[in-house]
Amino acid sequence: MRGRMWKLAIYLFLLGFILNLLGIVTHVVVSSFAKRWFGKPLPPAFTTDWFTYAWREFELSHVLFITLFIALAVVFIALAIGFPAAYVLARRNFNAKPVLLLLYFLPLLIPQMTYGIPLATTLYGFGVGGTVIGVILAVLVPMVPLAVFVLLPFFEQISLNLEWSAQMLGASRLQIFRRILLPLMLPGILTAGLLVLVNTISNFELAFLLAGGGSQTLVVALYYNVFAGGVRPVYSIDAMAVIYMCTVMAVLLVALRFVRPTQMVFRLDGRRN
Amino acid sequence: MARIRSDSRSELDLVAILCLAPSLLYVLAMFVYPFLYGIYISLQPKKRDAGIFSNYVAFFNDAYQYNTIKTTFMLALPTTVAVVLAALFLAYGMRRGIWFERTITTILVLPISLGVVFLSEGILGFYGHNGWLNQLLLAAGLIENPLELTHNSIGVTFSLFMQNFPFCFLMLLGYISGIDPSLESSARMLGAGPWTIFRRVMFPLIAPGLIIAFALVFVMSFAVFPSAVMVGQPAGSTRTISIAAYQQAFEQYDMSYASAIAVIMGLCQLAALVVIVLVRRRMTIATTMGVGKR
Repeated sequence: MRGRMWKLAIYLFLLGFILNLLGIVTHVVVSSFAKRWFGKPLPPAFTTDWFTYAWREFELSHVLFITLFIALAVVFIALAIGFPAAYVLARRNFNAKPVLLLLYFLPLLIPQMTYGIPLATTLYGFGVGGTVIGVILAVLVPMVPLAVFVLLPFFEQISLNLEWSAQMLGASRLQIFRRILLPLMLPGILTAGLLVLVNTISNFELAFLLAGGGSQTLVVALYYNVFAGGVRPVYSIDAMAVIYMCTVMAVLLVALRFVRPTQMVFRLDGRRN
Repeated sequence: MARIRSDSRSELDLVAILCLAPSLLYVLAMFVYPFLYGIYISLQPKKRDAGIFSNYVAFFNDAYQYNTIKTTFMLALPTTVAVVLAALFLAYGMRRGIWFERTITTILVLPISLGVVFLSEGILGFYGHNGWLNQLLLAAGLIENPLELTHNSIGVTFSLFMQNFPFCFLMLLGYISGIDPSLESSARMLGAGPWTIFRRVMFPLIAPGLIIAFALVFVMSFAVFPSAVMVGQPAGSTRTISIAAYQQAFEQYDMSYASAIAVIMGLCQLAALVVIVLVRRRMTIATTMGVGKR
């Protein structure tokens, strides 16, 4: 009996959480299609004009292009320099390894707002603040470690024997990489790439601190419009939020085909190695 | 070949170093260096003749500034307690699996990936003065006047909860389902009730993970920025320390003072971590981790 009450409480809690999430998301979606909406449960008339309005007024084609450019650049660089690092960290033993793992873990552990301000100061000092390059450089700080820590367990799953056998059969390092590691690591690379992609698109703090006029990502532009509330009709801001949501959802739907959700969070026991 | 020397501690050869170098240099140049640089310029005040600690002195002499620490703390602590308790409740209940587990975990991941800006915009609409919740409660006759849930600390707490709960839940679920199930069945066989099992067997095993989760959620909540601005009252009751730092940096253009505030923010988070680690030390940590569901 008590066990059943317990189960019921859990399902009620889940139901509450899901309903509340659904309410939050639906409200934004409904509002983006509303002609005028004030004090009624549903708007009296619907329109799609706010999407064209948002697309035109917020220069969303440009913002989307910038967002995707930044995201793809970050994914490419994070994988390019994270992949070899993850390989060495998974395969080799050396004295400094725990220190190195801790160092790579810090950017993920420390809130971005805390190191974002000194980082922004430094990057503005080098003259790249407010540019696309500045945003890419800043967002990479947590994304390189993220790529390393996602790739690491994938390397550990590949048997060392495969590399030894290839070496015995006379394969060069490049051949081992191209013929053995790369094909076997494909799921890992996809997982890491998609996680970095989702996280870059929804990254706010660092992109916000480094963004200038022409280098705002979608989420930063959305923030500025919500912040300047009253200047723009709220429906158009919600239309923009819906466009943002669809972008993230599209990436996420692809991602969830490859990634288990629990991989998005670091395993507690993995941290101590 | 590196393998031949595998009994020695160091297996770093030239190739390994070359593989590590780019990412290591990046972290050093873009993370460690700015951190040190931030500490350095926080000691170089804008005013020429001021002493090196004048930014810190100014911060702690200005009630408008130093009160942000209290404001942030009062937001972060209740949020963290609520998040960790709710996540423990749910993760403990789900430790042996439930219906639609994959769907549920997927739904729980959504708030993380939607990001705090979208969530805050939705919270403003749904929980706002004219939002659906107030309309529903008014129509049901449960309240007479609309509840003020946004543009104050309740809204920020709620936004932080939505953002941190899924993260904390998934972490605890992974941790709890890693505990050997046979421990629980042994306890049950020896006649322990559900409450005794939780208090005497499971909780000591969960505690280390719980403390880490608590620390992470607290540190993340302490740096709250976008939700404090959007669903809070950034000029008043939810003026957190990160807002103070941001204003110095990008409204007053005083990078030195801003870095000082960022350093203070970092030190507060560090202090919280130290306290949490000390608490963890004092507890007797059970080390029996089995291989359960993964």
